[in-house]
Amino acid sequence: MQPFRVHSGLAVPLDRINVDTDQIIPKQFLKRIERTGYENFLFFDWRYVPSGAPNTDFILNEARYSGASILIAGANFGCGSSREHAVWALHDYGFRAILAPSFADIFAINCTKNGIPTVQLEQKVISELMRRAQAHAGYKVTVDLHAMKVSDGQGLSVRFSMDEFRRNCLLEGLDEIALTLQRDAEIDAYEQRTRVQQYRWPNI
Amino acid sequence: MPSTLFEKIWREHLVTAADDPALLYIDLHLVHEVTSPQAFEGLRLAGRKVRRPDLTFATVDHNVPTTSDRMVIRDAIASQQVEALRRNCRDSGIPIFDIGSAEQGIVHVIGPELGLTRPGMTIVCGDSHTSTHGAFGALAFGIGTSEIEHVLATQCLVQRKPRTMLIEVSGALSEGVTAKDLALGVIGQIGTDGATGHVMEYAGEAVRSLSMEARMTLCNMSIEAGARAAMIAPDETTFAYLENRRFAPKGKAWSEAVHYWESFKSDPGASYDKVIEINASALAPFVTWGTNPGMVAPVTSAVPDPAIAHNDAARVAASNALNYMALRAGTPIAQINIDRVFIGSCTNARLDDLRAAARVIRGYKVSARVHAMVVPGSQAVKRAAEAEHLDQIFRDAGFEWRESGCSMCLGMNPDVLQPGERCASTSNRNFEGRQGKGGRTHLVSPAMAAAAAVAGHFVDVREWRYKD
Repeated sequence: MQPFRVHSGLAVPLDRINVDTDQIIPKQFLKRIERTGYENFLFFDWRYVPSGAPNTDFILNEARYSGASILIAGANFGCGSSREHAVWALHDYGFRAILAPSFADIFAINCTKNGIPTVQLEQKVISELMRRAQAHAGYKVTVDLHAMKVSDGQGLSVRFSMDEFRRNCLLEGLDEIALTLQRDAEIDAYEQRTRVQQYRWPNI
Repeated sequence: MPSTLFEKIWREHLVTAADDPALLYIDLHLVHEVTSPQAFEGLRLAGRKVRRPDLTFATVDHNVPTTSDRMVIRDAIASQQVEALRRNCRDSGIPIFDIGSAEQGIVHVIGPELGLTRPGMTIVCGDSHTSTHGAFGALAFGIGTSEIEHVLATQCLVQRKPRTMLIEVSGALSEGVTAKDLALGVIGQIGTDGATGHVMEYAGEAVRSLSMEARMTLCNMSIEAGARAAMIAPDETTFAYLENRRFAPKGKAWSEAVHYWESFKSDPGASYDKVIEINASALAPFVTWGTNPGMVAPVTSAVPDPAIAHNDAARVAASNALNYMALRAGTPIAQINIDRVFIGSCTNARLDDLRAAARVIRGYKVSARVHAMVVPGSQAVKRAAEAEHLDQIFRDAGFEWRESGCSMCLGMNPDVLQPGERCASTSNRNFEGRQGKGGRTHLVSPAMAAAAAVAGHFVDVREWRYKD
């Protein structure tokens, strides 16, 4: 996994609450067995009109936000289905960090596993970031995971907190499976001492 | 110190003493075709093996057709995904309940009915509705594909300890008001993110008197309140359901197991991070009017005015939802006409659900303007329903009687709403386009869906004239 330390990029505001993963990537794109190539499916039903042409009313289609890599989102972003395809689509489109007042649990975990920090900021900070991203063309935001700070070039600088384990995985780009596999002996020991395993494990 | 049910299960599954983040041992991993192929591929690329194929079970449910000729999947991409699962299971020695097998069905329906789901376990699946299995007093939660790969490789997950939330349900549900309505009532009260970061435990007399099927409906819907998981302490109802199930302990092991399972309940005085109280006797049958499960109203009321929402963002969301749903504030819920009825999904496609719906439609016909279908949750549910001739009641009324699968809950297979169609659905999500692009979903209980199929619009099932 690609480590995440500091990223500066064009910010796009998506001013809606409760954006669910069905909107981030509709179900017809979940039949693929690949892990990449989802960029054109992101926000599909919002991004395109039925003819297949881009929906000019959707903010991601505005020329000024082309190439955006930081998504500023509303509360409870990523609720609903556990589909990791939602994160792959955001990643493949080019998003490297997501800022919101809150995130759904499974979505936030999925983001971490793909090197995308979910940065939780107070609603009033998010509102201000959205206002600035709308007011100033080319508005850029910097997410510094080392310093745990979000800033822009215009005087805004706010600290955020993040679960230490999650932050470390992102900073180091850790392969969590490799880490757990190193604990093989501990897992073996657990399996050995689990006295009640016959009630918990299938009776085959 | 008194412990909650959740804390007891959590402690029992800690691989080492460290408990936050914890290395949590997983007792049961359920796998389906949609979220697993990239996980198996990841293992292959890294040269890793499945650690416990004996604790892993697979089925095909999300994208499989529900028509009787479904052995050949015409959708080439869906077919390739099913093939990938078959190959992965074969290569890793994982049992698979395939199309055409007697056990096939929605993963959250077959786990319990095979007795794979049991109290005190940790259960994961690459599907958010894994919370369903918490109805047995298990810690069960949905995971993404990266975590599926982690569990396949290690049978463990690194987890932050969630917070706890008690939902204390007082009173009793009235006749015609179901676990689905209780679930929608809770989500309407606390919101779609009201339980984020929390494991819910449902307790109280109203919960104790629920059947296992109803408890599964309640725990299933908890993810729609944002919950990490939901659980109900096991009791006689749980044990009676599990006894003699295929993978459940037998003989002497059974009585020892019951004794062990009885310890899985919250101690008196155990404390929770949050407590929510809800009065079951005050609840009416609910119908969702918007584009998330928290946008819900009693069938006796009207579509709410977005102006009453508690903040600007919620007002905009409600107004967008009414626009998408083509509804006007103030329209009585009972005057909303429907085009389709879907009785199915991991929320409401078990035998009890089908019985409740069949009881409503017995002696009636589906409205001429409604296309209605029943998709049993599993082949076992289908067989049991047919043994009671429920299929005949549905067919006589004009319902289609289908094979088992997720079907129109998420519309990954050919069962989808057409743009603009309005559906009374027993499923769990009314998100934009969930059941088909441009489709409009109203979530209801099976009895409410059945009554709507006959009337052509929503009706209060408490006033239904049963012909039985």
